[in-house]
Amino acid sequence: MANEPKLLSEAMREEIRALFPRYPSKRAVTLPALHMVQERFRCVPYRAMAEIAEVLEITPAEVHDTMSFYGFFPQAPIGDVRVWVCRSLSCMLRGGDELLEHACHRLGIEPGQTTPDGKLTVEFAECLGICDHAPAALADDGRVYGPLDEATVNAMLDELKAGRKDEVVTSS
Amino acid sequence: MATFEPVLTRNWGLPDSHTLRVYESRGGYQAARKALASDPDSIVATVKESELRGRGGAGFPTGLKWTFLPKDRKETFMCINGDESEPATFNNRIIMEKDPHMFLEGILISCFATKASVAYIYLRFEYINAYRILERAIAEARAAGHLGKNIYGSGFDLEIYLHRGAGAYICGEETGLIESLEGKRGWPRIKPPFPAIEGAFRKPTVVNNVETLLCVPHIIERGASWFKSIGVPKSYGPKLYTVSGHVNKQVCVELPLGVTTRQLIDEHAGGVWKGRKAKGAVPGGISMGLLSADELDVPLDFESLRGPGCLGLGTAAVTVMDDQTSIVDYLYNTARFFAHESCGQCTPCREGTGWMYKMIKRIRSGGGRIEDLDILKNMADNLGIIPGTTICGLADGAAWPFKNAIAKYRGELEDYIRTHQSPGARVTALQENIAHGISAGDGTSLPRADLPPTVIPASAVALRNPRPEPA
Repeated sequence: MANEPKLLSEAMREEIRALFPRYPSKRAVTLPALHMVQERFRCVPYRAMAEIAEVLEITPAEVHDTMSFYGFFPQAPIGDVRVWVCRSLSCMLRGGDELLEHACHRLGIEPGQTTPDGKLTVEFAECLGICDHAPAALADDGRVYGPLDEATVNAMLDELKAGRKDEVVTSS
Repeated sequence: MATFEPVLTRNWGLPDSHTLRVYESRGGYQAARKALASDPDSIVATVKESELRGRGGAGFPTGLKWTFLPKDRKETFMCINGDESEPATFNNRIIMEKDPHMFLEGILISCFATKASVAYIYLRFEYINAYRILERAIAEARAAGHLGKNIYGSGFDLEIYLHRGAGAYICGEETGLIESLEGKRGWPRIKPPFPAIEGAFRKPTVVNNVETLLCVPHIIERGASWFKSIGVPKSYGPKLYTVSGHVNKQVCVELPLGVTTRQLIDEHAGGVWKGRKAKGAVPGGISMGLLSADELDVPLDFESLRGPGCLGLGTAAVTVMDDQTSIVDYLYNTARFFAHESCGQCTPCREGTGWMYKMIKRIRSGGGRIEDLDILKNMADNLGIIPGTTICGLADGAAWPFKNAIAKYRGELEDYIRTHQSPGARVTALQENIAHGISAGDGTSLPRADLPPTVIPASAVALRNPRPEPA
């Protein structure tokens, strides 16, 4: 395996190491490193996990322990955009569960799955903290949707399939 | 209350309220300058005198928490809990998006008071915009000398770092947060030692909520007696209430502690939607239990909610349910949430939340029995019970909705069970026997008083528990 090309580039490793001065222990950089890898590869494959461990000078098992706890880092790539549809109380009272079902039905997938064209992953979420928009959804580029109904869910899905929009949002 | 002047939200309506320029033009960072010119102990004393109580859920007095730090400590860490995940709570998010500098000023003063030179803002990942806004605000504050080395020539240094979570409710528990910050799974720690003695990286640590620290600059600027002139006894100061669910306008409003749910619904949320009446309301995040329609005039403060049997004020996140809401749906939703979010460390919570979820799911789909309500009540009365069978309070949060709903809406729940019977959803005799124990081999079940004896087919037993035939 020694000759196998590395998944994490030297630039990414540098980016991870740059966070070391922030914490008294290197292990504390586990979550930030996992987020970086997730953002770059849209997943955290086992090899990347082992390489994070190498950079942080801890064992792969320690990284895996953390990574598997959160249910946030899939091992196979998700879609270009990940959207969470909220199912917690305030959203549920206003139809959140049904809207999640509607969204998945329209895309022909189950919650947690990605569309065959690889553009969109739909997941359920417990409270997203955007209850002023309930029933609400959140895309992983920061876009907030809601209050939703079936028509606006359709419009949202079309918009999200057009790709990410990572803009800096102001407080307006 | 003569006139209430909102302070926490005073900049929210301004254009570019998230920028340093606007914040400074409104007198921002003056309280920090004043604080850093005095000494840490006097700041702690002022905050203690104000009787500010933590806004994150437990309502612990903030100043008192700070005094638990060892006097001879060499290093202190500040962790700000921005993991806000309690269902229906969104006030911290709006704070960080609308006025990040007021929040940073609160951190600065609190770190000076507790002698912490590193502060970590633990921010839930889903607050993507808040993350971007805070990142920019920290850079602005640093460039302007509000952070960094020798702030205002006082000799005090401070760095603030953002640390993003990964979608786990349990990381809002203060020691779960610390574990997660350290790069581990977010399993709450057994206390003592409390974080003030041994917290992040085994050093004395303060963990405070976002809104709690937002109050600090105002206490420093206007004094403890000003703070105590707002609110009701034992619950002083302004509070950000959020209202969502079946209301016309889902909002976050700043009001003196002690307003009622009815006031929030009628005066701030535009009334119950569709012209309906409220059936009940969750007072402060779903962990806190349930208020019935005739308990909506109970003041939402740290003390009064024990009267109607709720767990407490929690995050002051009110969720309103209209008169057409099914209590079964409400319980189904809360049980599903806690079963999903239990971290799995303590057996009563890991198993209990899953068990309650399965039971309410069965009731909801038409397989309920009246005795299930007694079983659920029994479980709710024994799950958690701070301090009790679990390390943290998640289990109590899971239990409280059941405890309150069964006490307050038992009639409706019984009616539901009687009128919603679907043979396919019922408990089968086999399940019943598996649940209560079977003596494998001879095919008989353990006797139960309230059930006719059932004979288990030997094949079913063999399937479930295969073992070699005795010779």
